[in-house]
Amino acid sequence: MINRRRLLILAGAAGASSIAAPFIRPSWAQANTLKIGLLLPSSGTYAPLGVAITRAMELYAKQQGGKLAGRDIVFVKVDDASEPAKATENTTKLISGEKVDVLVGTVHSGVAMAMAKMAREDGLPTLIPNAGVDAMTRGGCAPNIFRTSFGNGQVGDATGQAMLKAGIKRAVTVTWKYAAGEEMVAGFKKAFIAGGGEIVKDITLPFPDVEFQSILAEVGSLKPDAVYSFFAGGGALKFIKDYAGAKLNEKIQLWGPGFLTDGIEKAAGPAGDGVKTTLHYVESLDNPENKKFSQDFMAEYNVAPDVYAVQGWDAMQLLRIGLEAVGGDTKKRPEMFAAMRNASFDSPRGPFKLGTSHNPIQNFYLRELRGGENRLLGLAAERLAGDTTGCKMT
Amino acid sequence: MSLVLVQILNGLQYGLLLFLAASGLTLVFGILGVINLAHGSFYMLGAYLAVTLTAQFGDIFVALAVGIPLAFVFGAAIEWLFIRHLYKRDHLQQVLLTFALILVFKEVQQTLWGNHPLSIPTPSYLSSSISLTPDLGYPVYRFALMGICVALALAMMFVIQRTRVGRLIRAAESNPEMVEALGYDSRILYRMVFAAGVALAAAAGILAAPIESAYPGIGDRVLIISFVIVVIGGIGSIRGAFLGALLIGLADAFGKVFVPEFSSVLIYAVMALILVVRPSGLFGRA
Repeated sequence: MINRRRLLILAGAAGASSIAAPFIRPSWAQANTLKIGLLLPSSGTYAPLGVAITRAMELYAKQQGGKLAGRDIVFVKVDDASEPAKATENTTKLISGEKVDVLVGTVHSGVAMAMAKMAREDGLPTLIPNAGVDAMTRGGCAPNIFRTSFGNGQVGDATGQAMLKAGIKRAVTVTWKYAAGEEMVAGFKKAFIAGGGEIVKDITLPFPDVEFQSILAEVGSLKPDAVYSFFAGGGALKFIKDYAGAKLNEKIQLWGPGFLTDGIEKAAGPAGDGVKTTLHYVESLDNPENKKFSQDFMAEYNVAPDVYAVQGWDAMQLLRIGLEAVGGDTKKRPEMFAAMRNASFDSPRGPFKLGTSHNPIQNFYLRELRGGENRLLGLAAERLAGDTTGCKMT
Repeated sequence: MSLVLVQILNGLQYGLLLFLAASGLTLVFGILGVINLAHGSFYMLGAYLAVTLTAQFGDIFVALAVGIPLAFVFGAAIEWLFIRHLYKRDHLQQVLLTFALILVFKEVQQTLWGNHPLSIPTPSYLSSSISLTPDLGYPVYRFALMGICVALALAMMFVIQRTRVGRLIRAAESNPEMVEALGYDSRILYRMVFAAGVALAAAAGILAAPIESAYPGIGDRVLIISFVIVVIGGIGSIRGAFLGALLIGLADAFGKVFVPEFSSVLIYAVMALILVVRPSGLFGRA
């Protein structure tokens, strides 16, 4: 029989060992090794995204012979589980505990904001391979923080432009009332109204409510040309199926950011046919980098790469440019950041360079879901920059 | 005007679905006195069971016929392993154990079925839509679902009010010692009630699967709203759960369209209002 005191001692010991673990240095870690800290989810809802990013980065490192700018690289991984409450603790493990030279993370915007706050204070080179929260490259921008993915508003902007080009005049927006949805809708509305479009109504649902029948009835009665909507995961799947079940798809086009159909292409079935989305990547993009990247990724992992893998891949490309400019010496921060800021390279997504607030200036592609896959229809917006409102680099 | 009629239909349909999910919870809570936080997990297991069983047998109703006995046996096993140790203990321990079950079931789900949302096919003979207005269709499956929910509700009320088993259950609820004294094994009775609760939650998950799909976290929302319904209806009352569910369904449907700013709090406001007027719920005993 274990009494309470003994249990407490055991629990204390277990806790202490898990805290101490990151501080124990393996003897093979030489001084010349470049430590890249990966704060990415390997558990929880966003685990597949974290895995895709990590795989692309490891593939890149492998192709470079495990070296960048002459230094051996080693990845130090921490699972952030997409939990904002643990973000500060997990980031501390990497920055203070492991003393990483470079920080890469993460998927979840809430976790990324907490991570970025610490990264800004420390000043170490930091790359964001997904989190699209607008503030990161607006008011919260910093000289040492670089994003290789997208801004929420930027994706909305691209969809607005594409819808105008498709001749849509009146639109209803539908999303969850939470940061990502509202930022994408805001970006969409700005572009759509600026181009002469009219927003008939903004409809929001509390997150993560998926009871859509009543708002679908409302959309039907408003009779817009199109609906712009953002949901993700199970919510997106249900929305697309309910939308088709209400026969709205016969008269009112359904549009959204690429994330609306991301990962549910097959599951949506015939209900998904005709849903149009914009994103900065499509699997079928015809450029040499994408062909090689897809082939290599497929050969290594036996699955096709997705947009998250591309974002991880480009984080490594950008990092390499920064490191080579300073001969691998991450202490020469101003020079390294200048090289990264001015970097320009070919990504699987097309030409890649950064805007003044360190958000990518990139092409957005128009895709249509049909027969369980997203098909490329053309360019939605060319070399689109993100909104930099409020960004002061100091 | 037509929007109002459509919303009444939406509200009733959503409410009936909620009733199915909440009915098992009110049985377990009312008769066993156990706060079962894992109720949403059983709903989730139902939805994922539908994925596997429809892949095997094709039709959602065959999946239902196979899934309900499976869930019943599973529920009885869970009762024997864990729940029966909780009857004499306080609510905090019940909450702790059933919360742990949530975590376990979540891991099981991720291991067996993965993180991506999965779609469950609607039977082909029910997959069309009826045009309600020129601009809006309504899936036939949803109408079928309404019919099934009403039938189940009537069947449950019949069993509880008119049959010998129902009388025993009601007797065990008010005075378990007396039932034992009359020669009935209340342990078996309790096990059956818990298993029935699990089977009802799973049945709701299976039936809703073609429209809800299956994805991680699907049970969480159901759990909270089910508790709201149980409290509104009065703990242990099937009739109360039925009315409470319809009330919540209608409040949700109208709230979203006519007072969207308050839609997220509306159902809780309804609950608070009812508790002010009737502190033990619509059909609860004081």
